Amino acid sequence: MATVGEVFRRSLPETIDQVRDDSSSSSELHVLAVDDSLVDRKVIERLLKISSCKVTAVESGTRALQYLGLDGERASVGFNESSVLREIPVVVMSSENILTRIDRCLEEGAEDFLLKPVKLDDVKRLRDFIMKGDGKDGGETRIHKRKRQDDYASLSSPSPFPACDPSSPLMPSSSPSARSSKRAKLRNKD
Amino acid sequence: MDVMTQLQRQWREHTAYLRKEGYLDDQFEQLQKLQDENSPDFVAEVVSIFFDDSEKLLNNMARALEQKVVDFKQVDAHVHQFKGSSASIGAMRVKNLCIEFRNHCEAQSLEECVRCLRKLQYEYSVLKNQLEYLFRLEQQIRAAGV
Repeated sequence: MATVGEVFRRSLPETIDQVRDDSSSSSELHVLAVDDSLVDRKVIERLLKISSCKVTAVESGTRALQYLGLDGERASVGFNESSVLREIPVVVMSSENILTRIDRCLEEGAEDFLLKPVKLDDVKRLRDFIMKGDGKDGGETRIHKRKRQDDYASLSSPSPFPACDPSSPLMPSSSPSARSSKRAKLRNKD
Repeated sequence: MDVMTQLQRQWREHTAYLRKEGYLDDQFEQLQKLQDENSPDFVAEVVSIFFDDSEKLLNNMARALEQKVVDFKQVDAHVHQFKGSSASIGAMRVKNLCIEFRNHCEAQSLEECVRCLRKLQYEYSVLKNQLEYLFRLEQQIRAAGV
């Protein structure tokens, strides 16, 4: 699967250092959109701008990591190791409605999955949901917290992304019912 | 009927025709929703990128199918990309042909792939003409409104 997706970030930093220093919370969402198709980048950029988001569109996962200051050897921590970056919601976009893939994305901690072609309503719904997550409930509506490398290490499985038992105490607080309701929503898109 | 009204009617009728004949689907309308005073040429810009992209992909497909040993996975990759971009702008006929094309790639049937490519090239050129006509109408409407 081509690495496409969106990374939502609440503040507007230009470098990763600014993320740490930036204590002010802007009400505008800054989205890092990743897509290898120029056509799709143009469309998602417009969809997000019209939904009052600031957008940075890049063409690959590599470029996305570079933008976040996490490229290759220079990076001291990975995307999931950084306590700040780990909080950034990730949304996956794909043109293919493959349930096992969607499930895996959600299990790995993706906030949501958008089926392409993405519509304005999809973006609006998503933005509202993400914005709500920063409210009084302290982000409790956010049920998917991405696993850290430590979480993987403590599970005795050879593969880098083990299929994890949701009832295990090491697991993120994503409940099977929440996942299946998301799945149901996505299925209707057929 | 003044020129402006006439042009606008032609534009509406042509858009309706393209929808009815299945050249375009709902997604095209979605793109039109994204066009406003801040981004008055949005649709034309996206479609222009789509044209460039498509021609590149069609060439890549043709070249890949001409190889002595055809790499069907490579052909499929190009078709997959084309399917994605055509879906993004609402080019339904082109998209559906891409779906068919991918089946032939999976079956590794060279003859069917070549035939499909020809159909795809044809459909694409028809779509291009239709959209270019639509954008010309838009330009005339804008000019008439000045």
